[in-house]
Amino acid sequence: MSQTAGDKRVEREAEFSSISGQEIEPLYGPEDVEADLEERVGTPGSYPFTRGPYESMYRGRLWTMRQFAGFGTVEETNERFHYLLDQGQTGLSTAFDMPTLMGYDSDHAKSLGEVGREGVAVDTVADMERLFEGIPLGGVTTSMTINAPAAILLAFYVLVGEKQGVPAEQLGGTIQTDILKEYIAQKEWCFPIEPAMRLVTDMIEWCSENMPRWHPVSISGYHIREAGSTAQQELAFTLKDGFTYVERALERGLDVDDFAPRLSFFFNAHIDFFEEIAKYRAARRIWAREMKETYGAKREESMRLRFHAQTAGVSLTAQQPLNNVVRTSLEALAAVLGGTQSLHTNSFDEALALPTEEAVRVALRTQQIIALESGVANTPDPFGGSWFVEKLTDEMEEGAYDYFRRIDEVGGMVEAIRQNFPQREIADASFRFQQELNERRRIVVGVNDFTQDDEEPTPILRIDPALERKQTDRLAQTKAKRDAAEVEKTLAELKRAAATEENLMPPIIAAARARASEGEMITAMQEVFGTYTESPVF
Amino acid sequence: MSTATARKIRVVVAKPGLDGHDRGAKIIARALRDAGMEVIYTGLHQTPEQIAETVIQEDADAVGLSILSGAHMTLVPKVVDLLAAQGVDDVLVTVGGTIPAEDIPELKKLGVAEVFTPGAGTDDIVDFIRDNASERDEV
Repeated sequence: MSQTAGDKRVEREAEFSSISGQEIEPLYGPEDVEADLEERVGTPGSYPFTRGPYESMYRGRLWTMRQFAGFGTVEETNERFHYLLDQGQTGLSTAFDMPTLMGYDSDHAKSLGEVGREGVAVDTVADMERLFEGIPLGGVTTSMTINAPAAILLAFYVLVGEKQGVPAEQLGGTIQTDILKEYIAQKEWCFPIEPAMRLVTDMIEWCSENMPRWHPVSISGYHIREAGSTAQQELAFTLKDGFTYVERALERGLDVDDFAPRLSFFFNAHIDFFEEIAKYRAARRIWAREMKETYGAKREESMRLRFHAQTAGVSLTAQQPLNNVVRTSLEALAAVLGGTQSLHTNSFDEALALPTEEAVRVALRTQQIIALESGVANTPDPFGGSWFVEKLTDEMEEGAYDYFRRIDEVGGMVEAIRQNFPQREIADASFRFQQELNERRRIVVGVNDFTQDDEEPTPILRIDPALERKQTDRLAQTKAKRDAAEVEKTLAELKRAAATEENLMPPIIAAARARASEGEMITAMQEVFGTYTESPVF
Repeated sequence: MSTATARKIRVVVAKPGLDGHDRGAKIIARALRDAGMEVIYTGLHQTPEQIAETVIQEDADAVGLSILSGAHMTLVPKVVDLLAAQGVDDVLVTVGGTIPAEDIPELKKLGVAEVFTPGAGTDDIVDFIRDNASERDEV
């Protein structure tokens, strides 16, 4: 709504735009929303799901409070898992260390100094058994954040379930597996794009037949945003990645309604409150429409976008770290008001190191306060019908479709990645934001304004370097005790299958059962697939 | 007859180790380039050997190591040692990333000129490298 002549309203000197650069008008009113609002917004639990995937939303069931955890060896992480469950957490989420994410065993030369640093080290199924010791897999849902080697970690998990007497069809949880965003943003890869896409499709296919309660792919915008993208880019690239997986599965001959209900999403919850809420609402509407109209889904479950959210690590500051509790609260609130199905809240010390137990507890308590004290969970989509939020949702949707067109013009997402298109868009956005900070056109409290020189140091979690040795010793013991001939046979079989079009899950499970290590399986596949090197743009 | 022309400062921006957090490295690379320096960005997942080789081959005046994985106390000394072993003693070494405060003195003792932690402004980093990288004249 524009200001009328003679309006005496005086505005302070500031940028009235979202953190992503979307201009915000002085006021929003009924004329900002199109006439068919009701059709586009609908009701919670009904197509196009703008207002939420379920009718009762949090009145029916609160979101899953799922804190991402993993550090050191499996013993330390298992202890943290038990602690979190004791504190009232309702789902598990596993962070693996860098070597595990890249497909290197802990004893690989490239793993030196990295073992257990940013997550837990897992080399063989023996590690996985210890990681989940005392946690009945039939009674929790587990999320595993791993992508390039996801099929191997899923095989380990299935075998742990089997050992506990829980068959694969009863295991519930999510494995990230979203390899496209790795090439775009997070940069943990093992293979070239095409064989990596084949592995993703193998997992979608295998899970649709064997693990009906499992989400084989969590299509993730989180890392795209953390790499410096705008909200619009996060939304557009993530959904486009999702459509690309759908297309691959359809090309494989799968029925969309057999696999689409098990696709889930993972978004960032950044600091720009209303923009984030609009992003989630637009995501649901676009996904529903495209699944129905472009990909021919018939079941509502195939159109219903469900997501996990994590507050923005990139928004946290090393300066005055307690301020991060407030940032995280606002971000978590946006995720809840945007209708998330599960949530990780970052700890206030995460710009410094992995979180301490105390910091993790505050983060979890933040969710509990939002859920149980604030009253915001009492009714679904409380901002539905807000002229401002509806307008932002529409603009977010338009921004996404604009990117879809540009990606299609270069020949789809895989080709766009090869041409560095999303990578360049993100680098540009990230640089623009940094310039705004330098010029103090945007303020980050404690960083470029309200700074404080006499800060007390914050106690941080230190990872004992001796843990690396403990893990390499454990791997050596596992290797010494296994049947070497069986390992060799199953690895040869995996390599043979990799050169065909067979689904690779069965040979991976067989090799995992023989206690082949992650690195051995990756190497066997790399001998067929090759590796990947990026030509970076900045 | 030859005229000495000031050579642009050559900086290698490197990502040692396995972490893929390259937002900071790319922003710094671009800020240094915009400030008129020659920037060579190594890309991700570099071993200390690869980085030392790049620094030598590119005849760099400075190298910025970006590490957000917590492996800095393993990787930085290796790069420094490899450079020293090759007789390279005039390259300015800086580190950026999530480096705990108590590790900074130890890194500086190894010969790291400066450590930039989260929130450091790109202007400060550009100024530091401009002021401290030994500018050499090409004849």
